[in-house]
Amino acid sequence: MKLNDILNHTSEWLKGEGPNSNIVISSRIRLARNLDKLPFPNWANKKQSEEVLKKVEGAIAGVDYLKKTTVFRLEDLDSVDKQFLVERHLMSHEHAQKADSKAVAVDEEEVISIMINEEDHIRMQVMQSGFNLFEAWSIINKIDDLLAKELPFAFSADLGYLTACPTNTGTAMRGSVMLHLPALVMTRQIDRVLAAISKLSFTTRGLYGEGTQATGNFFQVSNQVSLGLSEDNIIENLNGLIRQIIEQEGQAREVMLSRNRSLLEDRINRAFGILKSAHIISSQETTELLSMVRMGYDLGIIKELDHRRINELFIITQPAHLQKLENKKLSVQERDVKRAEIIRSRLKI
Amino acid sequence: MLCDVCGKNTATVHLTEIIDEQMNELHLCEECARQKSTQMESQFGLSDLLAGLADFEKPAKKLETVSLKCENCGLTYNEFKKIGRLGCGECYSAFKKYLVPLLKKIHGSGQHLGTSPVRGTKILRKKIDLTTLRNNLKKAIETEAFEEAAKIRDQIKELENKHSQNDDEVKKDEA
Ligand SMILES: [Zn+2]
Ligand SMILES: [Zn+2]
Repeated sequence: MKLNDILNHTSEWLKGEGPNSNIVISSRIRLARNLDKLPFPNWANKKQSEEVLKKVEGAIAGVDYLKKTTVFRLEDLDSVDKQFLVERHLMSHEHAQKADSKAVAVDEEEVISIMINEEDHIRMQVMQSGFNLFEAWSIINKIDDLLAKELPFAFSADLGYLTACPTNTGTAMRGSVMLHLPALVMTRQIDRVLAAISKLSFTTRGLYGEGTQATGNFFQVSNQVSLGLSEDNIIENLNGLIRQIIEQEGQAREVMLSRNRSLLEDRINRAFGILKSAHIISSQETTELLSMVRMGYDLGIIKELDHRRINELFIITQPAHLQKLENKKLSVQERDVKRAEIIRSRLKI
Repeated sequence: MLCDVCGKNTATVHLTEIIDEQMNELHLCEECARQKSTQMESQFGLSDLLAGLADFEKPAKKLETVSLKCENCGLTYNEFKKIGRLGCGECYSAFKKYLVPLLKKIHGSGQHLGTSPVRGTKILRKKIDLTTLRNNLKKAIETEAFEEAAKIRDQIKELENKHSQNDDEVKKDEA
């Protein structure tokens, strides 16, 4: 598989299928693993990092279940390619910073991604469409077992999997669910919800992970605690919390619909109108308007379209995606024009 | 010079006390200075001096933290405190004394309850199977299904043998 093959393909997590896909975009489980005795990436020298890279690449190649994955060495990718993978959530922003002895393995369906030499030697993730943490867990648990047969992981019976940062020690597992919560934002209940989430030791981030702001009403909720609970318990707790948030968002949508139907229809149709007719549009404005359109579709106010087309628009209008589609570097102004053009053509019925 | 308070030990802390615009000189031994610390702190604002005393009080511990170093990767505990990232898996045992309280603070626990790398989970699963088999054996005997019971008994024996082999392997690996 070549990197460009991914471009014309819909990631599994963008398909807009799966349970509760009107509110939940995707579910993801990430595991961190390190090789016994070898220094963690930030503390390793060049030779040690290369050794890790080769060992993990070899292990991936040796696992039949992973035969549809392709390993990309970051030194072989240009900055647009790297940004492209970040925009598709196949690797972290941090991983794209320095190319030294780093790689990312991705499967054809974009369900599995394995980062080598990020903060830990191995950061593997499995993404699913909709509210589907348990399925994501069963896949990644299998991959973990298969890799553990090939590689000696740094592990202690007392402390579990040993990671570079003590905030990940133990299960070294992070479950995340990407939620679309426009009604909680519009009815000004979101702060209360976010406060409750953090009180329960869960964290909230924006669309693109750590340190990013929540734009377009997208929120990523993850567990913070990784030690002292089993993986099943962590997932069950997160699952229960997400279930409640889904319920609250659903209620807020009902309330808006019954009390302010005209206002809601006005905002949603205006957003749809701008997207269908704009000739210059920023990434930020696109995300915000698409958020309205997505809710409009979920509430039956917009009848055409479907989740898949809306989700895809979120991603292909990102800077690196636009440049890959055009196959050349574009300035910010050129991107804003190209973005509007793509949106218009994709929303033409 | 002897301590103004106890009159026994040599005074090593020399202070100037100002009470009601009257200036007094005070000569104390370390022990008395420490004992009066709270009182003195409010009167003299001696926090700096007393912090110095606290350092002096536990020289052994302080030195140990400074020189604590992971033999496997060379990271010192002080470096860890600065960068917030450990150097390798072995750092966890090297810095255990300070790391476990930190982990408890972060996670509310210092005990892993999740999965283990494959070999461990396999043994665990077998143990569960063994319990099921023993229950089945009991039931078979109770219902006088002796042929079935004999089969189950053989299965249990087989599993138990594999078990001890596995345990030996684990021990070998750890050695
Ligand atoms: Zn004294
Ligand atoms: Zn170390």
